[in-house]
Amino acid sequence: MTNAQSPAKEAAPGVMAQAVKEGLFAGILAFGMFLLYVGIETYQNIDNALVWRTRWGLLAIFVAVSAIGRFLVVGFFKPRIDRRKLAKAKAGIPEVSDDKGFFHRNFLKIAMLALVLYPPVVVSLYGVQGSLKFVDNFGIQILIYVMLAWGLNVVVGLAGLLDLGYVAFYAVGAYSYALLSQTFGLSFWVLLPMAGILAAFWGIILGFPVLRLRGDYLAIVTLAFGEIIRLVLMNWTEVTGGTAGISGIAKASIFGIWSFDVGASNNFARSFGLPMSSAYYKIFLFYVILALCLITAYVTIKLRSMPIGRAWEALREDEIACRSLGIDTVKTKLTAFAIGAMFGGFAGSFFAARQGFVSPESFVFLESAVILAIVVLGGMGSLTGIAVAAIVMVGGTELLREMEFLKHVFGEDFTPELYRMLLFGLAMVAVMLFKPRGFVGSRQPTAFLKERKSVSGSFTKEGHG
Amino acid sequence: MSVNVNPAAEPLLKVSGVETYYGSIRALSGVDVHVNQGEIVSLIGANGAGKSTLMMTICGSPQARNGSVVFDGTDITKMPTHLIARRRIAQSPEGRRIFPRMTVYENLQMGAGLDNLKYFDEDVEKIFALFPRLKERQSQRGGTLSGGEQQMLSIGRALMARPKLLLLDEPSLGLAPLIVKQIFEAIRMLNEKEGLTVFLVEQNAFAALKLSHRAYVMVNGKVTMSGTGRELLANPEVRAAYLEGGRH
Repeated sequence: MTNAQSPAKEAAPGVMAQAVKEGLFAGILAFGMFLLYVGIETYQNIDNALVWRTRWGLLAIFVAVSAIGRFLVVGFFKPRIDRRKLAKAKAGIPEVSDDKGFFHRNFLKIAMLALVLYPPVVVSLYGVQGSLKFVDNFGIQILIYVMLAWGLNVVVGLAGLLDLGYVAFYAVGAYSYALLSQTFGLSFWVLLPMAGILAAFWGIILGFPVLRLRGDYLAIVTLAFGEIIRLVLMNWTEVTGGTAGISGIAKASIFGIWSFDVGASNNFARSFGLPMSSAYYKIFLFYVILALCLITAYVTIKLRSMPIGRAWEALREDEIACRSLGIDTVKTKLTAFAIGAMFGGFAGSFFAARQGFVSPESFVFLESAVILAIVVLGGMGSLTGIAVAAIVMVGGTELLREMEFLKHVFGEDFTPELYRMLLFGLAMVAVMLFKPRGFVGSRQPTAFLKERKSVSGSFTKEGHG
Repeated sequence: MSVNVNPAAEPLLKVSGVETYYGSIRALSGVDVHVNQGEIVSLIGANGAGKSTLMMTICGSPQARNGSVVFDGTDITKMPTHLIARRRIAQSPEGRRIFPRMTVYENLQMGAGLDNLKYFDEDVEKIFALFPRLKERQSQRGGTLSGGEQQMLSIGRALMARPKLLLLDEPSLGLAPLIVKQIFEAIRMLNEKEGLTVFLVEQNAFAALKLSHRAYVMVNGKVTMSGTGRELLANPEVRAAYLEGGRH
C-alpha cells in the first residue's frame, strides 16, 4: 500500500533533490566569488614585475567545500534539526528550561579557576620557555581584547553610543605610559591609573562635540576622532617619534619589589634562583591583565545596578523618555564616554608595558572595528558573551598562525593568517544569521521584586494594543 | 464632579502668549493656557493643531521662542527638559516611549530616579494596585507588552516620580475602547483620591471632555475655545467638529 509509507520517507526524495540543487548553486556562487580572490594570484617575478598565475586546485577545494557543505546542510542537518524541533514541540517541552546543567550553573567559577590555573598548567606541560607562546599569544592577547571590548561595551552596549574610534583611547593610554615613563621615569603602577585618567579626559573631550549626535552621525565623528589621534601620533615627530614610534619602554615590576629587567639586581628570576627567561614576565603580565579584566567586569556590573548604569541603559533605549524622567543626558553620555575611555586607557598602558614598543601602526581603524565586532558578536551589554566572542575571534586568529599543516594541503607559500579577515567575516555573517543579538543576546534585568525570572522572547510577542 | 479649586490662587501651570517654531514654521501662535491645582484639564483638537507641540513646549523641547511658561511660581520657559522634569512635571509622552528592553519593574524604577528610589517600594505597590496588569507582567520586557499595557506602564512610570503635574499625551492612541475606559478611570481615581493635577492632550474628544473639569480647543496653533468639560460637550461647534461621527 502506498499510503503506508511514513511521511518522512516520502519527503526524502524531495529533500535530496533540493539539497543537490542548492549544493550546485552554492558551488557556482563560490566559484564566482572566489575566482578572482583565490583562483588568481599575483606575485613578483625575478625582474620585479607583477605577474599572475592561476591556482585552480585551491579554487576547486573552495568550491567543493561550499557545494558539499550546502548539500549536507540542506540534505541532512536541516531535516534532522527540524525533526528534533517537531518532536520537542509534540512532547510539549518548552524551548527554555529552568534546570541548567552543572557546567551552566557554575560557569563563572569554572572559567575563573581555568584562567587562574592556565599559566601553571601550560608551564608544566610545555616547560617555561615553551609556555611563552600560549601565555602571551593566546592568554594576554585575548585578555587585552576582552578588556578593550568590555570597555567599549560601556559606550556601545550599555549607553548605545556607536563609537568607531575607540582605539584612540587605547592609543592615548599606550602613549601616556610610554612618554611619561621615559620622561619622568615613573613606574607602571603609578602610570596605570594616570593613563586611565588621561584617556577618560580625552573621552570627555570627544564627548562634548558629539553630544547632539546619534547613530550613524556619531559613528562618523568618532571614526574621524580615532584617525585624528593616530595622525597626530604619526606626525608629531618631536614628541611621539612619528611612525618609528617609541621603543625601550620600561617593563612593569611586581610592585617595585621584583623587577623583570635583565640587568637589575632584584631581577625576579635571579632572586628565586630560576633560569633567565622572558616567560616569567609574560606570566606576571597575564595575571595583571586578568586582574584588570576582573576590575573592568566588576565595575561594569556594579555600575549597571547603580543609577548611572540604569541611566545609560535607558539612554540606549530612548533619549527623549530619559529627559522627561529628569535624567541629565549630557552628564550621562559624558560619563559613558569617560568610563569607556578609561578602560581603554588602562588596556593601552598595559599594552605598552607588554610590548616595550608603541607606534601608530598598532592603533589603526581595523583595531576599532575588531573591538566593535567583538562587542556586537558577543551580544551588546553581555560580559560573558563578549568574552566568548573575544576568545573565538582573537584566539581563532592566533590559531590560524599555528596551522602549519595547512601548508601541506595548499602548498608551501600558503599563509593561513592572510585568510583571517575572510574567516572573521564568515563568522560574523554566521553569528548574525543564527544569533542576531549576539552570542548572549538576552539582557539580564538588574532589579527584581522577589525572584529572578528570565522570560524568554519565545513566550511573548510584540503587542500593538 | 466636585472641583475644590480656589480661583483666586495662582494656577499651578500658566502658559502665556507662547509661540513655538520648528525652524521658520510657527507651530504655536500665542497660546494662553492655565491649569489649577487639583484639576484635570484637557486640550482637544484635530491632527496637526499643535496639541503635542504645546505639551513638548511645556517640557522645554522645543523651547518657546516668545511667551512664558510658569510652573509653581518658577519661570521654566528656557529650562532644559531634565530640570523641568525635576520640578515634578511628569510626562507620559506621545507614543508612550517606554524602555523596550528593560523589564516593567525596571521601567518603573527609572521613573523613581528623582528621589533615588527613596519611595520606590511604597509607590510601586500603588502603581500595581492601580494597574494590576503591570504586576502580572513585572518581569517581562517592556517591548513585549501590548499597547494598552505599555500605556499603563508609561503612566505608571510618570507617576513614580511623585509629580505635581502629570502631562498625558494621547493616552488613548491606538487602544481598544475598553482599555481606554480603564485608563481614563484610573486617571479620574488619581485625581479624586490623590488630588493629582492632570493636563491631558486628546483626540478622543468625547472621553476627554467627559473626564475633564475644564478643556481647551486648539485649531492651527491657537486656542479657539475654552470652558468646562460639560460646556464644550454641549457646544454645537465642538460637537460638529470633534464629536459627531467621531464618537468612540
